[in-house]
Amino acid sequence: MAFTTSKHPSGVLIVEVEGQLIVGNRQELKATIQQALDNGERKLLVDFAKTGYIDSSGLGALVSISKKVREQGGELRLSGLNEDLRSLFELTKLDTLFAIADSSAQALAGF
Amino acid sequence: MTAPLRLCVRRADRPLPSGIAVEIALRIPSDVSVIEEAVELVARHCFAGWDAPKRAHFRFRVALSEALANAIVYGNGQEPTLMVEVRAECLPDALHVHVTDEGPGFDPATVRDPVTPDDLELPCGRGLFLIRNLMDDVRFTPPGNSICMTLRRQ
Repeated sequence: MAFTTSKHPSGVLIVEVEGQLIVGNRQELKATIQQALDNGERKLLVDFAKTGYIDSSGLGALVSISKKVREQGGELRLSGLNEDLRSLFELTKLDTLFAIADSSAQALAGF
Repeated sequence: MTAPLRLCVRRADRPLPSGIAVEIALRIPSDVSVIEEAVELVARHCFAGWDAPKRAHFRFRVALSEALANAIVYGNGQEPTLMVEVRAECLPDALHVHVTDEGPGFDPATVRDPVTPDDLELPCGRGLFLIRNLMDDVRFTPPGNSICMTLRRQ
């Protein structure tokens, strides 16, 4: 489980979720995003192309992150969800809360 | 540092009268950092010899991860001395997984579905909802500290 951050030339900070996003590591993701906001980042992309599964705590962390980014005038997008991962967002109706793109390239084009 | 998890696996040469071909047992401490390893251990043995679709692996892993998180966080209150028991029965037509904590239990009927517009931005409350939607059958044993989840081999 790891979160890798990189800065795209367009100014978007990309956070890749490798492995699972679950109760055991969700705080780490929240801290990563908070650090980015503190550093002045306002365009954030969380990419799930290398993610195995997400539990409800992981989904909850994304909800909290989304709220925090919005409050600070930023924009959060999600990308790289495979069919299984996307089904979790659809089941919980969170697909209506997030801007979800098929790929990171597509998400970057939308900022 | 948490001690390595130890799994107990019993394989029958032929299915027992109960239909159980493989029985798996695992006891884990109330520590959320062991959940991922526990899920992989149990899943690996439950799916051994079954050419299951990728979707079945995903449903099983998410549901078991949720059940373990609920048992550790809400059931045992992350109290290090309390344990969570996992018992899986692999039958020819289904997998049954029981997760039991040492807490007082709860009434699952009081947990509402978190998908109304007002609840959408809540940071928690989706765990049981996901389990119910990902598994084929979900039952609780009174007083509510033990859940049995069934995944059918379709």
